[in-house]
This record gives sequence, structure tokens and C-alpha cells, in this order.
Amino acid sequence: MTVPVDVEPGAYDAEPEAVVTGEERIEGRSLGQIAWRRLRRDKVAMAGGVTVIVLIVMALIAPLLVSWFGHPPNEFHYNLVSADTQMPLAKWGGISKDYLFGVEPVNGRDLFSRIVYGARISLLIAFLATLLSVAIGVVMGIVAGYFGGWVDAVISRLMDIFLAFPLIVFAIALVGAIPDHMFGLTGNGLRIAVLIFIIGFFNWPYIGRIIRGQTLSIREREFVDAAISLGATHRSILFRELLPNLVAPILVYSTLLIPSNILFEAALSFLGVGVQAPTASWGGMLDQATNWFQVDPEFLFPPGLAIFITVLAFNLFGDGLRDAIDPRSR
Amino acid sequence: MVAATAVAALGLAACGGGSSSGGGTSAGAKPVKDAGIGKVYNPSTQKGGTLRFGITEDWDSVDPGDTYYGLSWNLLRNYARTLTVFKSTPEGAVVVPDLATSLGKPSDDAKTWTYTLRDGLKYQDGTPITSTDIKYAVARQLDKDTFPNGPTYFNDWLANVPQGYSVYKDKNLADLTSIDTPDAKTIVFHLKAPFAGFDYLAQLPATAPVPQAKDTGANYKTQVISSGPYKFQSYEAGKRYVLVRNDQYDPKTDPDSGRLALPDEMTIDLGVDAADLDQRLQAGTIDVDLAGTGVQAQTQAKLLADPSALANTDDAPAARTWFTVLPDYVPPMDNIDCRKAVVYAYSPSGYQRAYGGATGGDIATSLLPPMIPGHVAYDPYNLLKNTDGQVDMAKQELAKCGKPNGFTTNMAYRSDRPKEQAMAESVQQSLAKVGITVNLKGYPSGDYFKLYAGKPDFVKKNNLGILAYGWGADWPDGYGFLDQIVDSRTIRPAGNTNLGISIPAVDQLIDKALVTTNTDARNALWGDVDKAVMDNASVLPGIWSKGLDYRPPYLTNVFVNPAFGQYDYTTIGTTKK
Repeated sequence: MTVPVDVEPGAYDAEPEAVVTGEERIEGRSLGQIAWRRLRRDKVAMAGGVTVIVLIVMALIAPLLVSWFGHPPNEFHYNLVSADTQMPLAKWGGISKDYLFGVEPVNGRDLFSRIVYGARISLLIAFLATLLSVAIGVVMGIVAGYFGGWVDAVISRLMDIFLAFPLIVFAIALVGAIPDHMFGLTGNGLRIAVLIFIIGFFNWPYIGRIIRGQTLSIREREFVDAAISLGATHRSILFRELLPNLVAPILVYSTLLIPSNILFEAALSFLGVGVQAPTASWGGMLDQATNWFQVDPEFLFPPGLAIFITVLAFNLFGDGLRDAIDPRSR
Repeated sequence: MVAATAVAALGLAACGGGSSSGGGTSAGAKPVKDAGIGKVYNPSTQKGGTLRFGITEDWDSVDPGDTYYGLSWNLLRNYARTLTVFKSTPEGAVVVPDLATSLGKPSDDAKTWTYTLRDGLKYQDGTPITSTDIKYAVARQLDKDTFPNGPTYFNDWLANVPQGYSVYKDKNLADLTSIDTPDAKTIVFHLKAPFAGFDYLAQLPATAPVPQAKDTGANYKTQVISSGPYKFQSYEAGKRYVLVRNDQYDPKTDPDSGRLALPDEMTIDLGVDAADLDQRLQAGTIDVDLAGTGVQAQTQAKLLADPSALANTDDAPAARTWFTVLPDYVPPMDNIDCRKAVVYAYSPSGYQRAYGGATGGDIATSLLPPMIPGHVAYDPYNLLKNTDGQVDMAKQELAKCGKPNGFTTNMAYRSDRPKEQAMAESVQQSLAKVGITVNLKGYPSGDYFKLYAGKPDFVKKNNLGILAYGWGADWPDGYGFLDQIVDSRTIRPAGNTNLGISIPAVDQLIDKALVTTNTDARNALWGDVDKAVMDNASVLPGIWSKGLDYRPPYLTNVFVNPAFGQYDYTTIGTTKK
């Protein structure tokens, strides 16, 4: 008993949004496009994103930048430092057009070059450690959430154990204990690998828990039931059905994990278990600068600001990304 | 007052005119830089007041039997008297009798040493001090399980010490046959080998008498019984110690040591923040930095930039050398020409800058610091004339050792010491100029000797051809400084103080020095040891350390005692009431 709807002629030709004028064609938008539009409108997040890109480019072309604007990062400039007080001879920590951020006390190394090279260490360690955490966290989280039962119980307790681990203390002990050669690596390469392992391997439960929670809710959806009833294997359900629906949280939490890993690397360098001298790292520079802050505060600013700006930029971008992908979380 | 101004004028002459106004007319002492080095700043006999010490941490113990810090050995002369003692004088490290009437009388080829006690010696409670108390004091600290901190010299030198000997098991001291007390005034030490410098051992805090009835083992530090001019009024562990006058101390029994005992009270504040301590010194709310190693780097930079503040400082030489060992068992350092190449290549001035420039120390040309008797100026590699390193000479030596294009090696340093790291970076830079690639390896200082640089297995496995190091004398004498770092027979599987110097000629010279009772001849032998080490190119001599000490202008009788490289803590008085 259907009543035919009396459709006025021409109604099918109406634009969905009548207010839209002009000749722009309206297309259906994917979720990604919608998120991108929202993100673009968020000026703060965009500023963070641009800063992040600038930082990455800076790290990639560090040798070029230094050849243009600086001096080799490990080169001593005794002529710029007082042999007596050990302080930079020029005012403002030796800032000049040749030494954009000034020079270190004691040996007169170029702070600009050390900051630029330090970005390589900070970003490399933070990115790779984040990648490691996310890889482990996603696999463990999705498996725990999908299978449930004893698998979930075991993995969840494992997460608790990792979260309770005294990470800083362990890192200090481990870095001191590793031999000179290991896994075909030596010197700073080995140090960086160990730092990535420590930071990455022990931080996976944070993202693991989030992924587990998301999986728990997604696996109750109809399309998962449908896939099961069609006889799909666990593997294809996990990686074909569930994983694509988890891309948003993975992306967002990765962006938020990077700055915390940058801080962690800086903390380890500050405690003297970061990369080996004379390689520049922001945390290590900050550590040295604390011995001089009363008489040469200019030494403290470059590494401090570098860490501050980088962490802030990643956090702003990550926050904006989360808002753009999932507006309900606002 | 005449003396005071004379001192000020001397100080001026010595430092080449640090202040333009000059001394001579002003009342009291005029502060001049280094006025407390080699002479007494502001001499006075005025008693009274409180002398306030401050220190950033705590030290091992105030128990004379359980302490190994220079500051502690310096301070404890206020509450503990020993058989012999370093005289309170700015002129040199002189051992004089303290509880004993004279220095030790050797017999049996310097294997037996006899001391006689003075009359009228008393503890703070009025009971007399006997030779048995001194035997007990030496015996109790042989038990290194109870007293782990002190030096082991008596364990090493006394004859027939039973394995695991402890006075807490053997209450009658019967098993310790190597110390005789024939009467209450005489004590005789029997050594397992000749040791001509035993008077230096007799000044160790371990010979300060301890009454057996009052000894509580590891807890004795909370109630030390004084034999000196001051006694403990309060002991707050980790916070504050207060010393007041000991009315049982009779200055007539103490004619040689030079103790003045001017303040009525001494307070020691522990755990003061380092930067805060420097500021309180300058503000006059703390009188003496007990650690006696100089102000912080940034305070030093501030003081050096301010001539009027700099006048209140002494750049005190310490019996300490910051040097670097080239271990002779790690290739290519097993080749003397390769070692010489490194010695020629490194930059002595870069080394000096890393440790604080000229204020932090003088460029060293050998291990033995100039203040130690026996030191001879010896510079076989012309380091003083070529302070930036000698590329040509280094390349010649490299060619001789068969590596004309240089080589690659690793350098160990203590990563938690910023100065040592700066030094390592400087060595890396200067060696790179001759083609020697140095990879820096930082290790934590806590285990540096137990697990890393002091463990030959580790050093060899990790190809550590260059080892950053520093050594301070237990007492300023060739044995006290050199023995533990160059005698190859002290090398153990781990925990070494000799990081890899084995020269047969050096070992022979040491054996000869140990049996030479003539002081001058013995000192000359230690000078020869020093030369032999340099000829062997076993070390980069680095710098002879100095520390910039702040000397509040209102203090009296301030001077650096060369025995400690610190202000003498038994003579300082204060005009602040």
C-alpha cells in the first residue's frame, strides 16, 4: 500500500545544497579528503605540520646547510673562546653572522651546526623508535582485541609488565653494558640502534592498549560477522577487515608518540647515556649547557628551544590530526 | 699588622700587580689573589667565633679509621691526633711528630719502626692516651669488612697479619704480633719488607688513638672520642656536624704540628647545593668550602671576569695530575714509536683548556707534580714549547712504528665528567691531524676501574689504546703518588690503579727507593721513576691540577697546606663574631 509520492518536476535536478552557487562541481568526498579539509582549516595544526616538515628537511640537508651557514660541527675554534674564563669572547655567547647561534664555551664549536646535526640524531631515533613501538603495539593490540579470552589476558598482563618497567634505569644500565661490537654494528651506529630498541621496544603498550580497545569495538560490527560467515581466515579478517579501520588512531597516536620519544632521547642524552661524544645531540648539549647557564645562558637557549619547538610542533600537528580524523574527540 | 701588610705586598709582587691600589696603608690584610699560597693570609692570634664549613655532599666517614678523603684527613686533625702529622705550614709538605716525641726510629733495615709518646696526652674525657690505644686503632681498621673506606697501607705493610683479622673477634689483640707495645709510652711496628718512608704511614688517620672500651665498630663515627683541640658536640648524619673546644687538650703537648685552634666552634653543613655554596661563600654565610677542590666552572668564569672578586681567591696547586695512559698491551700502543707519535701529536694547550685553562692547572711534562719532593723539571718531548701539538714529529714517529698513514684506536673516558669529555674531544681533534682516528668511548665513572679502563681484558677486547685518567697523591711523596700508578706488580685482573704501564726499569727503581732511608736520595729515585715513565712514552702527562678557592676576606691565618692542596683547616680563624 504505497502512496506514490508526488514529485514535482525538476526536483531531481536540484543541487543537494541549494546555497551553493557558482560553477564548482560537487563530488563525493572520501573520509580522507574530509579529514584533509578539516585539517587545512586548522591553522595551528598546519603551522605545526609545516614546522615538522621544515625540521625534517633541515635534518636531511644538514651537511648542505652547515656548508652554507656554518662550520663543521666538531671543529674547535679556540680563537673565539677565552683561554682564561673559557667563555666565548664575543658578546651574546659569540653570536655573529658566521656563528648564527654562537659558540660553545671551552672549545668554541659552532652551535648552529651542532643543532642542525643534532636534529638528525633526535629525529632519526624518534621516528624509528616510534615505528618499532607502533609495529609491535598494533600487532599485539589487534591480536589481543580480536581473539580475546586467554590471548587477551596474556597480552594485557604483558602490557602491564612493560608499563611497570623502570625504563630510564634499565636504559642507563643497558647502554653501559653493551659491548663495542654487536650485530655487525660498532660505535655510534650501535649506540643509536640500542637507543632505538630501548625507546621503541618498551613503549609499545601505550599504543597497544589503544588498538586493543578499538579492535574490541570494531570486531562486533556487522562487516566482521559477514566476513566470518563467509569463511574468511583470521589473518584476512585481522589485516583486511580490521586494520584498515584502525589507520586513523594509528596515525594519530604515532604523531603524538614521536614528540614523547624525542624527549626521551633528550633525557637519555642528558643523563650521559645517549650518543657518544663528540656527536651532537640536543639532550647532550642541554646537559653541557647546565654547567654554564649562570655565565653563558646563550648556550642553553639553542638546544632548549630546538627541543621545545620540535615537541610543540609535533604535538600541535598530532592534536589537529586527531580532531580532523575524529571530530567527536574534540 | 706589619706582618699583614707585608704579606699583602708580597702577594702583589707575586701575582704581577693584580690590584692597582697596592698594599701598605690600609688596616688589616688587603685581599690579593694567591695571598694564601706559599704564605699566610691575614696572620692573627685572635681567638673566638664560629668557623662555618660547607660541602656539597657527605664524605665517607669522620671515623679516623675509615676515611680516604683528603678533606677528611685535613679536617680530622682538629679532633684526632696521630703519631706523626703534616705540619700546618704554607711552605711545604713536612711530616712532624704529633703524639710521638720524634719521627720514627728505624732499625732492622727500615723493617722495624719505633715511636715514643709524649707526656700528658689525654682524651676528651680526661683519660690518658696509651700506646695500646694506638695499636688498637691501627688493628681495628685492618678489618676492611667493618671499615671498607680507609686505605689498606697497614694491611699491605705490617708483617704477619692473620687472614681475616678483626679486633672484634680477637679482643686481646694477641694475634696481631707485628705491633708491640712494650710500655704505655712506646709502640713498635714490624713490617714485612723494608719501607723507608714509614713516617708517612704513621701520619695516616689510622694511627689516631681509639679507646677500646668506647669503640662501637662501624658506629664509632657517631661518637668519636677526641684527642685533638676540638670534640664533637653533635653528629647529625648527612646534615650537620658541630665541633667545640676540647678542654682536655693541652697545647703544651702539641709543640710541632702548628695547630692554632682559633675559633671556639666549627660547624660543618653537608649537602649544600654546589652553586649555592659558591654564592654563600661570596656572601659570607659560609666561610670555607670543605671539599677544597675549587669553585664550580661557572663561578670561576665569573670570578675571573671581576678583578675585585678575584683578589679573594687562591689558585691552589693540588698534588694531582690529570693525565692519559697509553696501555702498552693494546696494539698498536705496544710499540713505543706509536706511543711517541701520540705524545707528540696531542695538544697540551687543548688538554689544559678542557680542564679550565691556566686556572685549572699547569701544562704537565711528566707525572710527578712540582709540589712533590723529588720532582725534576723534565720535558723530553718539548711539550711546553709546542703547546699545540707537533705534527711533523708525530709523523716521523708514525713512520718509525710502521704506520705512516696513522691508525685507528679507541679512547676511554668518564662520560659523567664534562671536563674529561672536553679533554677527550680535544685529543681526538689533535690526533686526527696526523691521521690517527680516535673513537671516543664514554663510561660511567662509578665502574670505570672495576669494569672498564681498569680491567685489562675489557681494554684489550675493546681496543682502548688511550685511557683518560687522573691521580691525586695519598700524601705528597714519590711513593704516595707514583707507586699505585706505575708499579707493574700492582696490576690485577680488574680494579686497577695502574692502567697499563709495565716497565722493568721502573719496578727496579721502586724497589730501590723503598729501602733507601736517606730522604733526599729516596726522592731522587722517585724523580728517576718519573723520568723513566716519560722516556717510555707511557702517558700523555696532561696537566698538574690547580683549583680556584674562594677565600672570604674576613678570615685569618688562611693558607694552602701543600700536604693537602687545600686550605689548612687547623689554623683558620674568623673575625666575624
